Amino acid sequence: MNEGLKVESLLHSYGNKNALDGISFTVAKGAFCALLGPNGAGKSTLFALLTRLFTPSSGRVHIDGVDLFQKPNLALSKIGVVFQQPTLDKDLTVRQNLLYAAALHGLSGKAASRAIEGALERLDMQHRAHETVRALNGGHLRRTEIARALIHQPQVLLLDEPTVGLDAETRRMITDHAHKITSEQGITVLWATHLVDEVLPDDQLVILHQGKILKDGICKDITGEQSLSARFAELTESQVA
Amino acid sequence: MKHALIGTRAIIKREALRFVSQRGRFIASLVRPLVWLIVFAAGFRAALGLSIAPPYETYITYEVYIVPGLCGMVQLFNGMQSSLSLVYDREMGSMRLLLTSPIPRWWLLFSKLLAGTFVSIVQVYCFLAIAALVGITFPIHGYLLALPILLLNGLMLGGLGLFLSATIKQLENFAGVMNFVIFPMFFLSTALYPLWKMAEASVLLKNICAWNPFSHAVELLRFALYGQFNGTALIVVVCALLVFLWASVWGYNPARTGLARKAT
Repeated sequence: MNEGLKVESLLHSYGNKNALDGISFTVAKGAFCALLGPNGAGKSTLFALLTRLFTPSSGRVHIDGVDLFQKPNLALSKIGVVFQQPTLDKDLTVRQNLLYAAALHGLSGKAASRAIEGALERLDMQHRAHETVRALNGGHLRRTEIARALIHQPQVLLLDEPTVGLDAETRRMITDHAHKITSEQGITVLWATHLVDEVLPDDQLVILHQGKILKDGICKDITGEQSLSARFAELTESQVA
Repeated sequence: MKHALIGTRAIIKREALRFVSQRGRFIASLVRPLVWLIVFAAGFRAALGLSIAPPYETYITYEVYIVPGLCGMVQLFNGMQSSLSLVYDREMGSMRLLLTSPIPRWWLLFSKLLAGTFVSIVQVYCFLAIAALVGITFPIHGYLLALPILLLNGLMLGGLGLFLSATIKQLENFAGVMNFVIFPMFFLSTALYPLWKMAEASVLLKNICAWNPFSHAVELLRFALYGQFNGTALIVVVCALLVFLWASVWGYNPARTGLARKAT
């Protein structure tokens, strides 16, 4: 398999508690993988490790074939991230925020402008470019963050619960867009969520619970005849019992 | 290397844009030393007699004496303000954008430090301009020689702030930093009183002042403003800068789980 993202035996502890208990999974290049887990499952810890905000107790991560902990800068240059908390500067305009992010990825001048225009256009945000972030609603805020994550044309896009607090229509628009970029641009997407309706039957699904992977496969193969919510509840409750 | 420099330019520009948009911060940064200069210095002028000591070649008024110290105060508070904004950025999440960019972390931190230092230099020159308006002036070449010293002092004090921001776990703890770092550092220095004056009160206090890197930052600037050079002060400030930089890089090392807890 051509690997977009590979996680091997990733272990991370806070004191005596294992937040991630040696998990492993692989996402093929250009695939959409939903990382489903209840609050406290370890999703955000995994994202912090995948973005090298901190290093794991043990284990490895490969981003598009590059070892994240051996060649962090090369690996990070291949990642686009949308964090759970908004990370835009509210006092600056959408364009100023995107210029800042582009520069952090080495883009400046015309190259940056072209990349920003393209990213905003794809998210239908070009008419908001000169508005301050403070003036945006939740949906536009998230679209701006996704546009920002795509400016440098990453190989892997990581989204940590990007639809939290959004209305149903905006959630659907953002979920559809994330699916579209896998097929149209060949970007590997890891989408963390606790909302089962964001996962499509053909998506790869990794179910994370209490730091362990309960299931890893194609969503429809995991659910069988059941609905995903019923299957998810069954799996997570059986672990508690 | 080009990539890293583009990043540095963007970090400085962002800091400048934020500074311009936060007018209150700019006004506060000027009002604070001006209150000291106009109110405090006026009251103490009569109480404190100052003898001739380098770099001064004649008797000076107390207002003239404390101007370099107040410049240091501007940079000290700016360093801590940057530290506060870093803790805020971390709590609000925007620090993550910076730390997950493909630029070496030590360079990112240095760029952040440089950006804060540029802002503090603008503040200091505005303060010096107002001081000149009330009649406290320095030789023209003194203003020019002060520039590299302000850069060095700003980096050193910003480095301290950066290190503190890595160790402060919550925004609420910032009040503790004010009480235990800024005030002792400022009052136990040569910003307000010369060392010999401090020795009259207590030899221990004088020794603490003499060891305080902020004293040396102030003295380095005081000498530079009169076109003179203070080698000892330069060595102490450079050493302190290296220590604070090293501590900051250590503090922001991803292997430390202090940052990790924020992600859960």
